[in-house]
Amino acid sequence: MSAAPQASALRLREVSKEYPGEVHALRGVSVEVAGGDQVAVVGPSGSGKTTMLTVLGTLERPSSGVVEVAGRDVVGASDVQLAALRAHEIGFVFQGFHLQDTMTALDNVANGMLYTGAPARARREAAQTALERVGLANRVTHRPQQLSGGERQRVAIARAIAKRPVIILADEPTGNLDSRSGQEVLSLLRELTDGGATLVLITHDRGISETFGRQIEMRDGEIVGDERQ
Amino acid sequence: MSVAAPRMRLPRRRFPGRGSGSSERTKLPARELLGVAVQGLRTRRLRASLSALGIAIGIGAMVAVVGVSASSQANLLATIDSLGTNLLTVAPGQTFLGANEALPSTALAAIDHMPTVQRDSGIYALSGVTVRRTPYVPSEQTGGVGVNAADSGLLAAVGAQLSAGQFLSAANQRFPTVVLGAQAASVLQINGVGGHIQVFLGGTWFNVVGIMRPVTLDPNLDSTAFIGLPVAERLFRALPSPSEIYVRADVNNVSQVSGLLAATADPQTPDGVQVSRPSDALEARAAAKGQFTTLLLGLGAVALLVGAIGIANIMVISVLERRGEIGLRRALGATRRHISSQFLAESALLAALGGVAGLLLGSAATLVYSLAQNQPMVIPGYALVSAPLAGLLIGAVAGLYPAAKAARLSPTEALRAS
Repeated sequence: MSAAPQASALRLREVSKEYPGEVHALRGVSVEVAGGDQVAVVGPSGSGKTTMLTVLGTLERPSSGVVEVAGRDVVGASDVQLAALRAHEIGFVFQGFHLQDTMTALDNVANGMLYTGAPARARREAAQTALERVGLANRVTHRPQQLSGGERQRVAIARAIAKRPVIILADEPTGNLDSRSGQEVLSLLRELTDGGATLVLITHDRGISETFGRQIEMRDGEIVGDERQ
Repeated sequence: MSVAAPRMRLPRRRFPGRGSGSSERTKLPARELLGVAVQGLRTRRLRASLSALGIAIGIGAMVAVVGVSASSQANLLATIDSLGTNLLTVAPGQTFLGANEALPSTALAAIDHMPTVQRDSGIYALSGVTVRRTPYVPSEQTGGVGVNAADSGLLAAVGAQLSAGQFLSAANQRFPTVVLGAQAASVLQINGVGGHIQVFLGGTWFNVVGIMRPVTLDPNLDSTAFIGLPVAERLFRALPSPSEIYVRADVNNVSQVSGLLAATADPQTPDGVQVSRPSDALEARAAAKGQFTTLLLGLGAVALLVGAIGIANIMVISVLERRGEIGLRRALGATRRHISSQFLAESALLAALGGVAGLLLGSAATLVYSLAQNQPMVIPGYALVSAPLAGLLIGAVAGLYPAAKAARLSPTEALRAS
């Protein structure tokens, strides 16, 4: 069941990003992602796909161009406004999981909502629900070291979806996993966002990107392909 | 599956239009901030406790210095209190040219008539009279022990106690009996009054009937041998005017009595009379003891400074090590301010814990000292409050730079770092 596509969840117009030392990570990128879409961004390393993700995730401002996230202009927003946007609307999944080793799975997920302003009890309840949804109901009190790589990434996914963001940004979420748990994580991500959040997933693996309804190909900071199936 | 899942009860704060205020903010209440700080320290327990140790030692040293000094002072003041602060002494002063004045022989009787005087007693220096163990000891070797005639009320007037035997009394003061001050007894090597101990005093053998304990209010009495007035009059003739009069005033009228004593003792030349209050001198000494601690407090402050630098150092390292965590928190919606408050809170909490540990250390040191000195233990109230507070403050200051550094970190760089 799919919700009616909203107006663009994400929009980049002529976005460039330069780093000191004449590094052009993005060169005039324009792209739109409709609400509820699932998009794979594929390209070799150094093609600018991670930079695009961090710009979409408001972790970085572009050197030039227009960025709109959930209908909001990001470029002129303050640090506080962007932080609020990330806290409420954007869920990140990273290649390296980024879990805190000293906390249980539940606390890791609950702490993902620390900056939403939700009270501790609501956070824990939401975390419990999210862990159940990723199939880790029996791993709630485990610490990351006690979990397999696939399970760790599922905890990270639970953290991203627990606050019910409108956008999920995943940066090589299967990069550190063997192909079987990678496959599981991937289908979990797609299943959990289906009909709800917009999913943008970055990968260098064509085998993965080809399973997506829309596939954006990048090279040298530019979009060189945008296919829909 | 996702659709069927129940909607959670998180407050939805959509990014509103420009100009609407507080709903654009992310929140981190103080309680949550404290939780984050505690979590941060708990994951690095050993390092946290080692860096808090620096602060603990600094504050511990200061608390110990303050505590030991306050305890000794309290002890001294308690001693003074137990001896009474109402003792006054009257002695002849010096003339303008430096010659010694003498009190009139009527001085003691006049003072005795003052209604606000509880008791009084005079001593009479017998110059030229020496006390030795035997006549074979050369008369120049007096060991600094003087001979005074005294009445039986002296002991009570100065609040002195005997370590052995008895004092001069109506029964023995007519006979050649002597009571030795603590120092005098030690010089003459006399430890007790048992048997038949005699000293050679002014050409006559005197029986030692008593030995005094050290007199706190007037240590001069310690190196003195006391004989009765009648026997002094009989054997050494001259009984000049009293060389010193001890007066116990009514507790509520001490200063009034003090003001009247000179004129009462010598109505004709009151300026030639010196009136003093021995407890004042002791209290001044107690205060002077407190002054000395400033230097030691300074040393404690240096230790604190070193501790603060240690905390700043450890926090800077911590920021570098935790770039991944900082990046993650930023991705989860933390503002720069949230990040800086987190590190500031960690630093302040760490140092405050160090302050509390220092308070305990310093108190323990004071306790040990007080037990060893057999005196009451006193930790001033301000130390109890200011030790943790000082730690908190030092930690906050030491954490400023690391916190700013953490907040400045670019979130993408931070995420990439791990």
